[in-house]
Order: sequence, then C-alpha cells, then structure tokens
Amino acid sequence: MTGQSHRLPQGGLIDRAQTLSFTFDGRALSAHPGDTLASALLANGVHLTGRSFKYHRPRGLYSSGPEEPNALVTLGTSGRTEPNIPATMVEVYDGLVARSQNRWPSLKFDALAVNSLLKPFFPAGFYYKTFMWPRSFWCRLYEPMIRRAAGLGALANEPDPDRYKHAHAHCDILVVGAGPAGLMAAREAALAGARVLLADERPAPGGHLSGETIGIDGKPGAAWAGAVADELAAMENVRLLSRTTVYGRYDGMTFGAVERVGDHRAPDSSSPRQRSWTIHSDQLICAAGAIERPLVFAGNDRPGVMLAAAARSYVNRYGVLPGRNVVVFTNNDDAYRTANDLAGAGARVTLVDSRAEGEVAARALLPAGVEAHYGEYVAGTKGRAHLRGVTLASSGRGIACDLLCVSGGWNPTIHLLSHTGRKPVWDEATASFAMTDPGDGAFAAGGAAATFDLGLTLREGATAGRAAARACGCRLSGKADIPKAGQLPAYGVEALWRVPDAMSKAQGSFVDLQNDVTVADLELAEREGFGHAEHAKRYTTLGMATDQGKLGNVNALGILSELRDMPVAQAGTTTFRPLATPVALGAIAGQARGRDLRPVRHTAMYRWHESHDAVFTQAGLWLRPYYYPREGEDFAAAAAREVHAVRSSVGMVDISTLGKIELKGPDAGAFLDRLYINSISKMKLGRTRYGVMLREDGMVFDDGVVARLGEDHFFITVTTAHAAQVMQHMEFCHQVHWPELDVQFCSVSEAWAAIAVAGPNTRDALARCVTGLDLSNEAFPFLAAGEGRIDGAPVRIFRVSFSGELGYEIFAPAGSGAGVWRAIMEAGEPYGITSFGTEAMTVLRVEKGHVAGPELDGRTTAADLGLGRMMARKKDYIGRAMAEREGLVGAGRQQLIGLKPVGKDGALRMGAHLVNELGAVGPDVSQGRVTSAAYSPTCGHFIALGVLRDGRSRIGERLYAVSPLHEEQVEVTVTQGVFVDAQGERMRV
Amino acid sequence: MRITCPWCGPRPLSEFAYGGDAGKTRPGYPGKAGPDAWMDYVYLRENPAGRHKEYWHHSGGCRSWLVVTRDTTNHEIAKVALAGPQAKDAGS
Amino acid sequence: MRYSLSSILRNAATGHKHWPKQWRQPEPKKAYDIVIVGGGGHGLATAYYLARNHGLTNIAVLEKGYLGNGNIGRNTTIVRSNYLCPENGQFYEHSLKLWEGLSQDLNYNVMLSQRGVLNTFHTPAQRDAAIRRGNAMRLHGVDAVLLNREEVKKLAPAIDCSPGARFPVRGGLLQPRGGSVRHDAVAWGFARGADARGVDIIQNCEVTGIRIESGRVRGVETTRGSIAAKKIAIVVAGRSTLVGNMAGLRLPIESHVLQCFVTEPVKPILDTVVSFGADHFAVVQSDKGGLVFNGSLDGYNSYAQRGNMETLESVAACASSFMPCMSRLRLLRHWGGINDMTMDGSPIITRTPVKGLYFNGGWCYGGFKATPASGWTYAHLIANDEPHEFASGFTLSRFETGLVINENGAGPQPGLH
Repeated sequence: MTGQSHRLPQGGLIDRAQTLSFTFDGRALSAHPGDTLASALLANGVHLTGRSFKYHRPRGLYSSGPEEPNALVTLGTSGRTEPNIPATMVEVYDGLVARSQNRWPSLKFDALAVNSLLKPFFPAGFYYKTFMWPRSFWCRLYEPMIRRAAGLGALANEPDPDRYKHAHAHCDILVVGAGPAGLMAAREAALAGARVLLADERPAPGGHLSGETIGIDGKPGAAWAGAVADELAAMENVRLLSRTTVYGRYDGMTFGAVERVGDHRAPDSSSPRQRSWTIHSDQLICAAGAIERPLVFAGNDRPGVMLAAAARSYVNRYGVLPGRNVVVFTNNDDAYRTANDLAGAGARVTLVDSRAEGEVAARALLPAGVEAHYGEYVAGTKGRAHLRGVTLASSGRGIACDLLCVSGGWNPTIHLLSHTGRKPVWDEATASFAMTDPGDGAFAAGGAAATFDLGLTLREGATAGRAAARACGCRLSGKADIPKAGQLPAYGVEALWRVPDAMSKAQGSFVDLQNDVTVADLELAEREGFGHAEHAKRYTTLGMATDQGKLGNVNALGILSELRDMPVAQAGTTTFRPLATPVALGAIAGQARGRDLRPVRHTAMYRWHESHDAVFTQAGLWLRPYYYPREGEDFAAAAAREVHAVRSSVGMVDISTLGKIELKGPDAGAFLDRLYINSISKMKLGRTRYGVMLREDGMVFDDGVVARLGEDHFFITVTTAHAAQVMQHMEFCHQVHWPELDVQFCSVSEAWAAIAVAGPNTRDALARCVTGLDLSNEAFPFLAAGEGRIDGAPVRIFRVSFSGELGYEIFAPAGSGAGVWRAIMEAGEPYGITSFGTEAMTVLRVEKGHVAGPELDGRTTAADLGLGRMMARKKDYIGRAMAEREGLVGAGRQQLIGLKPVGKDGALRMGAHLVNELGAVGPDVSQGRVTSAAYSPTCGHFIALGVLRDGRSRIGERLYAVSPLHEEQVEVTVTQGVFVDAQGERMRV
Repeated sequence: MRITCPWCGPRPLSEFAYGGDAGKTRPGYPGKAGPDAWMDYVYLRENPAGRHKEYWHHSGGCRSWLVVTRDTTNHEIAKVALAGPQAKDAGS
Repeated sequence: MRYSLSSILRNAATGHKHWPKQWRQPEPKKAYDIVIVGGGGHGLATAYYLARNHGLTNIAVLEKGYLGNGNIGRNTTIVRSNYLCPENGQFYEHSLKLWEGLSQDLNYNVMLSQRGVLNTFHTPAQRDAAIRRGNAMRLHGVDAVLLNREEVKKLAPAIDCSPGARFPVRGGLLQPRGGSVRHDAVAWGFARGADARGVDIIQNCEVTGIRIESGRVRGVETTRGSIAAKKIAIVVAGRSTLVGNMAGLRLPIESHVLQCFVTEPVKPILDTVVSFGADHFAVVQSDKGGLVFNGSLDGYNSYAQRGNMETLESVAACASSFMPCMSRLRLLRHWGGINDMTMDGSPIITRTPVKGLYFNGGWCYGGFKATPASGWTYAHLIANDEPHEFASGFTLSRFETGLVINENGAGPQPGLH
C-alpha cells in the first residue's frame, strides 16, 4: 500500500484515526472514513482516472460532485458490477473495488487513443456523411466497429444479488438540499408546524459549506449545519433523508427519489442496497445549490484541470491538496476563495482573471505571494497523463503547474423546477439561466435561485420555508431567526463562453468533456444549419452523456449564441428531463423484480395440484394445471388419458380462475338484457343460460354462464382473461349509462372456488358426495341451477357442459374449495375419476366445437362464430347498433368452421393459415386460420376449429393449412365445427 | 398525477383506470340515432389541447366512475365529480 | 455538396470549414403548388418523394418549431414489418425495403442496423398467437423465424430464460431484417434531399388556419403570413386533431403520451431489438451504447410531452426482470412523445371531404418505422389524388363500414392497442 502523498497533515472532515483500504485498477490504496473515492485517489496522487468516450483522451478528476464527467469508474465484481459511477459520489469503505473504464489494454496506455489522431476525420456528425460505400460494408464492417467502441463501462451479465425497496412518503413540504438554504427552509417550515421532508444527496448535511472555510454564527459551516440537522431530527414533523437524490418531479407534486441505503458499506444482503421513494408533497423548496461552470480553452480537458470550488473542497473537506503549483483561471470572484484556500494549504498559486483589474474588488482578498494576471486568459495547456503547465493568451507566457482550477461562473441547479415544463430565463446579473418564477407551490432558495451570497442564502431559505408553510395552511409566529454568516467577496461574474483564442484551437477546446464535444463541433454544427440548441445537441451529442450537460450545456448555448450572433437569452435552453441524476433501474423497480415482478395467483386447490405433480401454465397472473403427467407420460399422452377419462367415465378440472359476478335487485334481469346479446330477464328461476357480450363496436367481448338463483338474483361467470374488464364495463354501464336501473353487483371471483366435473359417470359420482340436491335428470335437468352441500360446505351446482358430456360446474366458498375438491375426488374414486388440466379442457371443447379465447380474439362477431341466432331482435344491448354495419354482416367475413386433415396422419397446429393453393405470397393469400387445434383421442386424428373467409358456405371444401414457420402444409377438409355428439344427446342424459 | 376521488380523497394515479372522452352520451337503440350518431359516439373524439372532460374509474379504490376535468397540456385537474346522478349525493 | 470519400478527405484537410448548410433557410413564398403542414419525418419524406418520384418541387414544408422536433426525434428508433393484418404487413414491408436502400438513396447515412427484432412469448396461448402472426408475415412475403427458448438465449444472452423467471420464456418470434435506425438522421437526410431538389423547408412557421373556399383549399394562414396553395397535406403527428380541426375534420384519434427511456452507455450487451411478451417493454441498444426502451402509453389524453412515474416504475420492473443485468444499469433520462392513437391501432392516409386537402396521421406506435413508406404513399396520393395500393386500406371510412384494421383485436380504446 502506498502512502497518501497528497494528504495534508491536518484538516478536513475525515477520521484520521481509522485507515481503510481499497483498490483501483488492482492497486491497493488507503483512505480514511469520510473520503470519497475521488478524494482518496487524489490523496494517493492518482490523477488519471479514465479515458474519454470518443477520442480516448486521458482524463482526471474534474469536480467533487454528481456532475463529474471524467472520473467514472466501475465498482464491484460479478453480479455487483456497476459501471460509470462518478468517483466523487462513492464513499470509500474497507474492501471497495474500483476500476477505470474505456481503455485497453491499460489506463496509461490505451490503444484507441489513436482515435485522437484521427480527430480531423471524426468531427460532429461524421457518420452521417460516411460509411456508406460500398453498401454492404456498413452492416459487415463499419457498424460492428462502431458498436464495439460504444459505451464506457461494461455490465456483467449476471443477476444482481442485492435487494431494493420501494416506499411512499407524504409531506407538506419537500425540501431538496440540506445546504444553508435548505436547512433554513426546513427549520422555518418545521417550526411553523408543517410536515417536512428534507432530502440531501450527501452523507452529511451542509451542502457546499462542508467544503468551505466560511462560518455561520461563529461556527465552521459544517458544524452549524450539523447542529441544525440535529435540531430537525429531533422534531416529530420532520423526516431527514440523507444519501438521497430527488431525481424527478412529476405531475401533481409527485417526486421520485432514491436513497442509497447500503452503498457506503461492504455489500450486505440483510438490508436493501437502495430504497426508491415516491414522495407526495404539497410544496417544493428547491435548495439544490448550483454547479460551477467550466471554462473553454485549448487543452481544457487534461488531468489536472479541475473546477475551482472542487479544488478547495478537497482541501477543506478532505484534507487533500490536489496540486502544489496551482493556476486559478476565473471570470468571477468566487474562485478567489480557491486561490486563498490553496495558498493557505501551502500551494504556490497564480491567478488568471479574464476581467479587467479595475473591475475586480476581490483582488484585495488575495494573500501575499499570489501572482495575479488581469484581462488575461489561459490559452493552452501542456502535459499528457498529467498537466505540466499552461500558456497565457496575451503575454504568451508559460507557467509550470500541476493543477489548473477553473471557474466560469455558476449554474443554478433547477432541474426539479423545470421537469414539469417550466422554462428558465436568462439572468444577466448572474450570467445564468435561472427559474425566476418557479410556479405554484414551488420555491427556489440559495444557489438554486442564483443567489451566491451566504447571508442572502440563509435569509432566502428562511423566507421560502415560511412562505411554503403558509401556503399549506400553517400559522406563522414571530420572525425568522437568521444566523450571521461570514462575508464573501461579491460574485461579479462576466460571462466568458470560450477564451477568444479557442477559435483557432477549436478542436482541442472541449465543451462537453464526457462526450468529447469541442468548439469545432459546435462551429461545424452551426455551419451546416444545426445552430438551434436542440439541433446542436442532437448533431454533436452535446449534453447527452451521464452528466446530462450539467457542466457543458450553458457554455455551449453561449458559444452557439455567439456563432449565431444573437443574445444568449434568445438561444434558449434544451429541455430539462428527468432524471436529474442517473438512477439504477433495479432501485426504481423496488421489490417488483425477478420472481416478484408480479404477484402470482393461486386457486384454493393449488396445493392439491402441486402434490399431484401438475405441470402448471400461466394464465394472466394465475398458475393453472396444464396437465398431470403420470410415470412415463409426456404431454400428449397425459392429455389423451385425461380426455379419455372424461369421455369414458368422469374427470374434473379446476375452473376457479373464471370471473364471477353476483347481481341482485329488481332490475338485475333488465340490466343483463342490455349487456348480453341474448335475453336474460325471461330466464326461469333455477336455470342457467350461455350468454355472449359484445363491445360497443359490435365485436364479441366475452362469454359465460348466467344463472338465475332468485327472482332478483343472478350469478354470472366471465372468462379468466376478461374478468376485470367485464366488471369494469358493467360498472360503467350501470353508473354512466343506466343509473336508473335498480341493481347492485359485486365481483365474487375470489370468494368462490369452482370445479367442472364431466363424463358419463358424473352423476353417480356426485351422488355420493352431494347432499341437499336431487341430481336426477328429472329433478335437475340440463341447464338447471341449484344449491346443495359437499363436505359440509354450501355449494352452487350448475348443470352445464363445455365437453358435451354429462357435466356440472360446482362453486364452493373459496375456503372450502380444497375440501370440496377432495370430497369429489373421493366420491369418484370407484369410477376412476381423473383430474385434468387446461390442455385436456381445450381438446374436449374443440371436440365439441365450443369457442374460447383463440376464437374470441376481438375481431370476430357473434355471427362469425355461428352465434348470430342468439342476437335478440327486440331489445337494445351493448354493441347492437355497430354490429349491424355492412362490414360486419356482409360477404367475406371469416366464419367459424371445423377442420380435419384429409390424410389421417396430418397434424394441425394453432396459428397455421388456410390457403387455397400452396406457394403463393401476398396480402390476400391467407383465407383464414386454425384457431384451435388438438389431437382428438376420441376421433383418432387431429381436429381443429378455424375461421375461414365465407366459411359456412365452404363446408366440404379442401384447403391447405400451412405453417411456413415450421415448413408444414397439411391438406384439410372444411367441416361443421362439432366432432363429437353433434346431436348433443350426451349432455342431456 | 393525483386524482381527488369524491369518496376517497386524493389518491395516486396507480389506483385509477382511464375511460376516455366523457363528452358523449350513448345513443339509444332502437331509436332515432342513425349510423352517424353511433359513429360519432364510438369512434370520434374531441381530443382537445386544453380542458378535457374524461372518465376515470377508481378501480383500485371505491370502484366509482368519475368525470374528471383535466388540462391535457399540463395535466392539471380542475374538477372531479362522480359520473351519473350519484354526483349529487357525494356533494361534489 | 455530395458526400463522398473525396469530399470528406478534402474537407478534413481544410478543417471542415467549407461544408455548406445541409438545407437552406428560405423565406416563405406567397404561393406554392403544395404546402405540407408539418416538418417532421413524415412531412419531409413526403416532400422528398413528391420531388423524387413525381417531379413536383414547388412545395413548402411548414414547421412550427425546429425541423424534426416531434416524434422523429423522440422514439425508440425501431424498424420492423412484423404485422398481422395484411394491410399493415404490405405497407410496413414496403417501408422496410425503402429503409434498406435509404442511406444510398439520400446520400446520408441513416445508420440502419438490421440486427433483428425479437418478441418473446411466455404462455402456450402467446406461442400460438406468435405462430399466427409469424405465418401471416411469411405469407405477406416478410421474413419471420420462430425460436425456441435455447435459441432466444443464444441470440440475446442478457434475457432471463431460466425456468424460475416469473414469466418463463418459451420462445420468440424473430424478424431478422428488423432493427434500428439513427432517428434524427432520417429527418435531416430527407430534409437535405428535399431541399436539394428545390423544396422550401420553412422552420418556425406555425400554421394557424386553413383557408377553404367552396369546398376547396386555397391556402394556409401562418405566423409568417398567408401562403396560397393548390394542395395542402396535413402530416402533424401529435397534433393531428388540432390541425385537422382547422379544416373542420373530426377524427377517430386520441393523443396520448408514449414515454421513451435511455440508460447510460455501456459496452455491447444486447445485439437484437427485443420485446418482453409478458408485459409492455421493448429495448434496443444504440450504437452509442445506451439502452433505449419504452413501455405502454401513460394512458390518458395528453399533449404535454412528458411522462408519469407509474410508467417509469413499470418499465424499470420489466427491464430488471426480463434482463436482470439491467438492474444495476442507471437510467439517464426519460421523455414523452405524443402518439396520435386511432381507434383500431392503424394509421390514416386519405383524401378528405375538402378538395385538395389530404390527411396523414394516427400512426399509433408505428410512426417512425413507417416514415419512408408514409412519405412514399402520401406523395402518391397527393400527386395523383388516388391512394397508393399499399395504403389504400388506411381510410377514414373504415370506421363507418366496420372494416377496421385491428392489429391486436382491442376495441376502440387507444390505451389497449
């Protein structure tokens, strides 16, 4: 382990008593608690931290915050690999593993740095003009090459072992940022009684105060902030969230935030890594501070060039001296603090100020020994892997240095004020885009409001806190207690978008460091007609890197406005989009990840199915038995056995997933008349009827069984797939169309388990377990509905059949479902009762010619499906009017038919299309399709249902069922759609 | 977005399902309404940029259908009422 | 200036100081033969093909903002022709064929990348629906391949194909010729091509009214004055109803937000465009390395071009479940485009009751991939006053007759398409 060559002997908010070890590119290094990876690397003298995106130029630490464009590292190993993380936001823990990115074979020597030499050929938008010849080379050579060069870091293709949580928070006032403005705002609002949520992205409160020497109320800034935070933490109406980034604002004052719960310590599966928050607030106070702007000049991207405030924060907050020979290049007074603090820490400092000397009041603040140049610019830099010196523009003088601190002014952090569409406006006084009118319910304070004086910031925070509290109905008392802040130099910024010399060295003057966008790129964009900010962004990729243009965008807007000869105020900004800071998708997903993506629905009999080796299939969120293989059986054999059991004796299937709706009221029948195409209100008591519903556009919506259990009492079943939609539709019809109807209804889908029992021995089997209901054909004929008991539980029994066999559907209270199932199983034992799954169910209903999901695909009419005769003529019902349109009743409709192979061995499959002749291609070739197909053990060959153009008039015709995907073609005969017991005798016995 | 349900108070969007244009009344059948009226009812939409009266179903709550007046350019909600005559009972 | 190896070398040698504007910035003339309302992808393509295929060049394209600021620059860049309905199949296949020659035709590299479009399926019913659609594609003359689980895993190793997944993958339907295109370049390439043939592209020119006299169009009112026109072609995705209303059109259209999402760039992890059959989620990795994806519509009428958090959470859940390695991938940005959704999920390209007025819109989810064919067939309609055979089904009258082109079977509720 090497020593911390750049650690100052004292100072900083770090715990020097403890030493942590971590690795960077495999090298073991040391740090102290309180260090970020960035400060630790600097302490160890590591400046070169990465390679740029396009030209692979060596890059070093540039900032100390989330805006970091250069020092992006990959953290962790295997499933915990996390690319592109700014080193400035990583808290070092013992054992942290970090690697540099986008370099091969090593960070010091990167083969693709050759791109830098080819720069003349790769200006902005170069690929639109090239890689076109010869045509085939694009997909074989050029594009694979471009793709290989893509990206910065790499993901590991392994599942993420960590956990994430999602949480909701409700508050009156959300304060974003726990710097001086945010703390004051939160305190005032909380004292007024508002429920306050204060979120800050750092581990400790204070914002930029932690990196400054300036004090408040005679205390160091960080200490003052800590005291206020303690006071807030003790209040019941305040919640503090540290390490929490509010990434987006959404409609209705909803905010997304991510809390990094475990990222600052060694991975540990016992607690979530991150927690994603949905915050519902009444008011927003944006106190997110400001981000320093770079300066644009030739060679401004070299390792050793750093934002001025970042440089002093490394000294003050982390006790690290980022350079010993320092040049500070600025267009404002703020950077004088950097000159001061670095000189105070022992560095030799030279100041270069673009402003004329007479205009700079702050010059008096410079300590002795700092050489200052006014009206001067840095025009170029020297060095490769690290800065060795700078050249001044007017004097041409060279100055040797190992750190160049730059400050082009400050940009207020206004993302959360802009996400809902509000546009910032140009503020000449601070040379920045500011949100002068944050809109209803929103406030900005401090740096976020372009206020750069500490005393004003404290006052503004307090004022915002009180105003927000008042807006949510709190009563204010007394006056705000504003602490006394140390004095800062006036800001005095003079916009400088690029040093004048940058024109001639435009290629090496970087505007967007991460995406390698230079002044030359912007010039080219403007020259070719892409001068509009949005065009320039898209043409050059400006601002589209992981820092989202936080550093470069305003400079670019300034440069474009100069190129276009218009005031920057008119150039406008590009749109601020969430996320303000990148967030891991796993965190946003929260618990809904992997197996927990959606809940799983089980029926009451699930455990029985499971213990009887059912193979399950997904049906929406449900798991349903697909088939129950016995020893040595495959899918087909099991399904054939199950079908045979029903046709020859008795079988039973779990149909609990059906939607079930219970209706009561004098108008229940009339209501159902308007929903179903057939008449319901005239049904006899104790009877069931098959019903079909349409959508208002005339297409079939759903089908099921309607049972009349009392004069004013109906019970209906709807398909599993449409259960929720039908209920919603019925509520709409009742509440909106026909509120005058006196009917009440309720979804009881989950209250009832349901079992269909079918086969010639069903009555005998059920007679052994059903009490309280005479099941004889005379007392309980086909389509009867009644009530009885099984296993002590009250059950509803409907004599209906989808298989065409003697059949009953039995509904039992869900809690009794498993018991009733077992009781029927037991009762059927002498008859070899067999449980069957959804595959056998399909075979049985296809044999009988019943339609189901594949036929009800939303494009078929009742008439298409042969159900036209059910459509009542003397009443209105949903869908009636539109079902009469010419396109729905005319010739050429695809109508339901049956299909069987001409040769006995032909196999039919769902999804095959019906064609008149083989080999043709075109929009009219398909005459229809196979909707449902199965091998029928009863018929001894494949059978199918299908829809065919004018099918009902084509019975007996021969066609081909083709599946080009499988290179299959089977000659088929068109038949009536019923393959078993066409007379319908078996179900009536 | 949050919708203030007249029964349940302000609730998040995830509890609601959208039902579209609430500016139309279903033509009766049989009745005087011809194909044009049905075409209008089933297929045509006002689709304004600005205030829009639209149905929402509080499907994850009280199951009421609501008529919400919302601005389609900024998603601000001006009014929420129960659909149908129950609106009077809820005092909205 | 034509882009060629020699023009590039020449310009590189002179510091790229001599590239001309890619299109002119003309002042609007008093009158044109044809005014195209809307300078997005489809409008520019229409202008280009009017000039290229029909020799018509006295044309203005009017754009209210900057060129290409609508959906052409807000989509997930996916191109495919994997449709079920024959009307859509032949139209989108024509489009894909145009995409395949577009860079050469425009002399502008739109970076078509045919790495395949894969839709996974997860249940027997979904498999059958995929077979149905795949066979329809093959019968339309479109390429389609059915993959089993192992083949899906091989093609896209990032997908969770384990049996333990919440919705285990059973297989997928692949269109090998599907892929992605650099979206902005499409607008720019068509603009440059149209401009070079004499079309005036006029930005910052918002149409505020359409002048109609005795049932015939006469011209448009704009923020830059009146412009007379013999023919007016509306093609304003995201504002179809609003511009249509100016000419008294009432449309079967609702405008909805569809969000797009992009992650930080990473080294290649996904070669193919894939969509998750168990939910609404489709993803493509761009040439820059970012993963670009979308989910379902936000679900309510909107012109706000911004999305909600519910959809964000839903796509994040799908992304990190379908492709577990995306769990630690960070999302950079999400934004909304306005989709004009028709009541059957298919577009409208048609004459209108007003003579000389044409309407193109209602592209639902298919707008970007349709760009060249939309321009091609719309240009045909405008030039000949007769629909092109590949777009003849995209009428307004289909809603009256009931012969709708219902790609997924949902009813007249846009949120379900």
